[in-house]
Amino acid sequence: MLPELGQVLLACALLAALLQATVPLLGTRRDNAAWMAVARPAALAQLMLLAGAFAVLTAAFVQQDFSVRYVAENSNTLLPLIYRYSAVWGAHEGSLLLWALVLAGWGGALALRSGSLPAPTRARVLAVMGVVSAGFIAFMLFTSNPFARLLPAPLEGRDLNPLLQDPGLIIHPPMLYLGYVGFAVPFAFAVAALLEGRVDTRWVRWTRPWTNIAWGFLTLGIALGSWWAYYELGWGGWWFWDPVENASFMPWLAGAALIHSQAATEKRGVFASWTLLLAIAAFALSLLGAFLVRSGVLTSVHSFAADPSRGLFILVFLSLLIGAALLLYVLRAGALGSAGDDPRRGFGATSRETLLLANNLLLASACAMVLLGTLYPLLADALGVGKISVGPPYFGSLFLLLMAPLVLLLPFGPLVKWQRDQPRRALALLAPWLLLALLLGALAWWQAPRSGWKVALGVAAAVWVAAGTARFIWQRVRGNGRFTAEMTGMLLAHTGVAVFLVGALLVEALNEQRELAMTPGSSVTLAGHEVRFEGVDHREGANFSADRGHLRIFHDGRQIALLHPEKRQYASGGQVMTEAGIHARITGDVYVALGEPLGNNAWAVRVHIKPFVRWIWCGALLMALGGFVTAADRRFRR
Amino acid sequence: MSDPSPPRPARPLPPVAIVIGVLFFFGLLGLMLYGVMKSGDPQRDVLPSALIGRPAPAFALPVLHEPQMIVRSEELRGAPYLLNVWGSWCAACRQEHPVLTRFAESKRLRVVGYNWKDERADALHWLEQLGNPFMVVLSDPEGRTAIDWGVTAAPETFLVDGSGVVRWKYSGAMTQQVVDTQLLPALAKVEQAAAAADTTAASR
Repeated sequence: MLPELGQVLLACALLAALLQATVPLLGTRRDNAAWMAVARPAALAQLMLLAGAFAVLTAAFVQQDFSVRYVAENSNTLLPLIYRYSAVWGAHEGSLLLWALVLAGWGGALALRSGSLPAPTRARVLAVMGVVSAGFIAFMLFTSNPFARLLPAPLEGRDLNPLLQDPGLIIHPPMLYLGYVGFAVPFAFAVAALLEGRVDTRWVRWTRPWTNIAWGFLTLGIALGSWWAYYELGWGGWWFWDPVENASFMPWLAGAALIHSQAATEKRGVFASWTLLLAIAAFALSLLGAFLVRSGVLTSVHSFAADPSRGLFILVFLSLLIGAALLLYVLRAGALGSAGDDPRRGFGATSRETLLLANNLLLASACAMVLLGTLYPLLADALGVGKISVGPPYFGSLFLLLMAPLVLLLPFGPLVKWQRDQPRRALALLAPWLLLALLLGALAWWQAPRSGWKVALGVAAAVWVAAGTARFIWQRVRGNGRFTAEMTGMLLAHTGVAVFLVGALLVEALNEQRELAMTPGSSVTLAGHEVRFEGVDHREGANFSADRGHLRIFHDGRQIALLHPEKRQYASGGQVMTEAGIHARITGDVYVALGEPLGNNAWAVRVHIKPFVRWIWCGALLMALGGFVTAADRRFRR
Repeated sequence: MSDPSPPRPARPLPPVAIVIGVLFFFGLLGLMLYGVMKSGDPQRDVLPSALIGRPAPAFALPVLHEPQMIVRSEELRGAPYLLNVWGSWCAACRQEHPVLTRFAESKRLRVVGYNWKDERADALHWLEQLGNPFMVVLSDPEGRTAIDWGVTAAPETFLVDGSGVVRWKYSGAMTQQVVDTQLLPALAKVEQAAAAADTTAASR
């Protein structure tokens, strides 16, 4: 009976979303306050109904109701309880329900926190959220119903994809969706502004915390995914430029540009129409990501099962929604922006506005470059040029090219004044630090065992960003000594960039790896670490059996770790998963993964030394934290 | 840009920007639509074999069951044959095995096994356990000849016609559907071409 209840709840949620999408908008046309006021209760009702549906699906998983097809396909009786909860979003239908729930959550939060907005604005923003919600709930009901029955019910279900049976993957999708879907809020504000025909600085201020929080969650989600790929896939890589990774990275780049341009628009009234376009683009890229992942258009390890009808549905929805927003933009954007006689408008070549413009151009170009690389195989196929895959060489080199000027300009941003500044002033402030960065880079080049210039580049870039950020802190401390939350958040995020640079560039330069056959008792020395293979034994898990390797790691003749990489065979599908054994330190990881058995007790073993690899995720964490701290600024709550 | 730019009145977007934007939007949309239409095709990511329409690479390989016996590519000429690349280590080959066996039992043409990068004992054991559908099994333990065939993963299946030209290739485990909808039509074409060649030869 419960699954039918879930279905009814979904249908009611669709009605609530449609109500939220239409009545308040009509209310703004007719200037009818009562109609506009429908938005808030409708948004809250939609949230409650979707939460109910989500609870029903969770209950079906916990009780193992295999008469529900989605449950039967994605769990079985052996599945540990914790993964029965996370299995709810383990495949297409359920993850779509999570997506809709998160969207309704953002809508509900907007409804609750938007009391200070003028009634028509609030009605428009919530109505746009309603349109987006209605599209996704309809998508679920008509093409991917999570509550569809499977009768007669099987006695045993299949299994949750073993790749997803991992703690990191429990929270990865919710974080990612909080970010992806969160960009619906600035999108809704942009569309509402276009409908209204003017951009009010106050609204931009009001949207900023939402954008920052969404971007922070997206950062966390991507970092979690990268961390998971690192220890679960057994290749020791942390980013693969896989189409689906790119799908999450494009809105991230657009979002990063957006949080900077929003700041400029709010404080100086510049780039108003560009900010609107970016807000539309960020959410359009989120939708494009959802489309790419769920339609099976591109093949990737992450894709959900391909189904052309699903792809078509999202495509039509995406093109209508984004097409309408862009059409509105074309018609209205010209008349937007702050008043022409705003004294804050003009800015000189040396000004923070120019730097933020450069930031936006670089981030937008990087985003376009990722888009091109991701879609190029499809384009080549469509044009009949042949089957092509675009890999890390393209992305890596182009990305480096675009990010280098961004890194170079980053420390100037906070130090250069708004509107106009003496070119020499900031340069004089930063010159000693530039010298220090170059000096340390040269030192690193001299010290590095190999790939000298890469190490030098990494160290110099990281020191430059960190020192430039520190220089700004010093200036504030010597000044009035006050730091607003907004400023602290910016500093945290910029420090995060420095930390990330250390990790990404040094691991790229100094990573050492060896693949070899090891017999019990044999050992190999790699970058000063002796890795001794002691053999493999067998271990039974709850729903898998594993070959578990024992490896001792010695450094300077002292044992520093005992690692247990595993090869797991899951009972249900016979799929084999690797679990790497990792000794994690701040200066670098020792990473071992078990390969194939080679007979006579010998095993193929992959050993990596990954210097500073943790810094990548620490950097991302700091960036996310920066977004959250900025959002907490009291100024935004006025 | 050295001077603060003078305040300007609101103005519409330049038409060029709009045209570019519209073209970009619809271009992207068209590409996505194409992608959706293609997404139902399971073979879309398979690189087309460069061998199709070309003579099969020459080889001389030992027979799995009698290693002292060598089979040469020219000895297989005269009638079409199906070359199936497999290994005892390959799970998908096990999955494909019943389909291949059923096809071999229909006796439409010779099915030649190509045991790739395998241990002889394992391969023999595998055939003993699952049954041997092959007329003959060639063995290539080091995988040298497989490089000429462009084999990247097992299983792979090639249809070679009587004159030794590769006519069709499939990567991955064949299903009954693949046999019915792809292999049999390809084979029919090969047989028709051979029959046509025979009649022209006879009429001369």
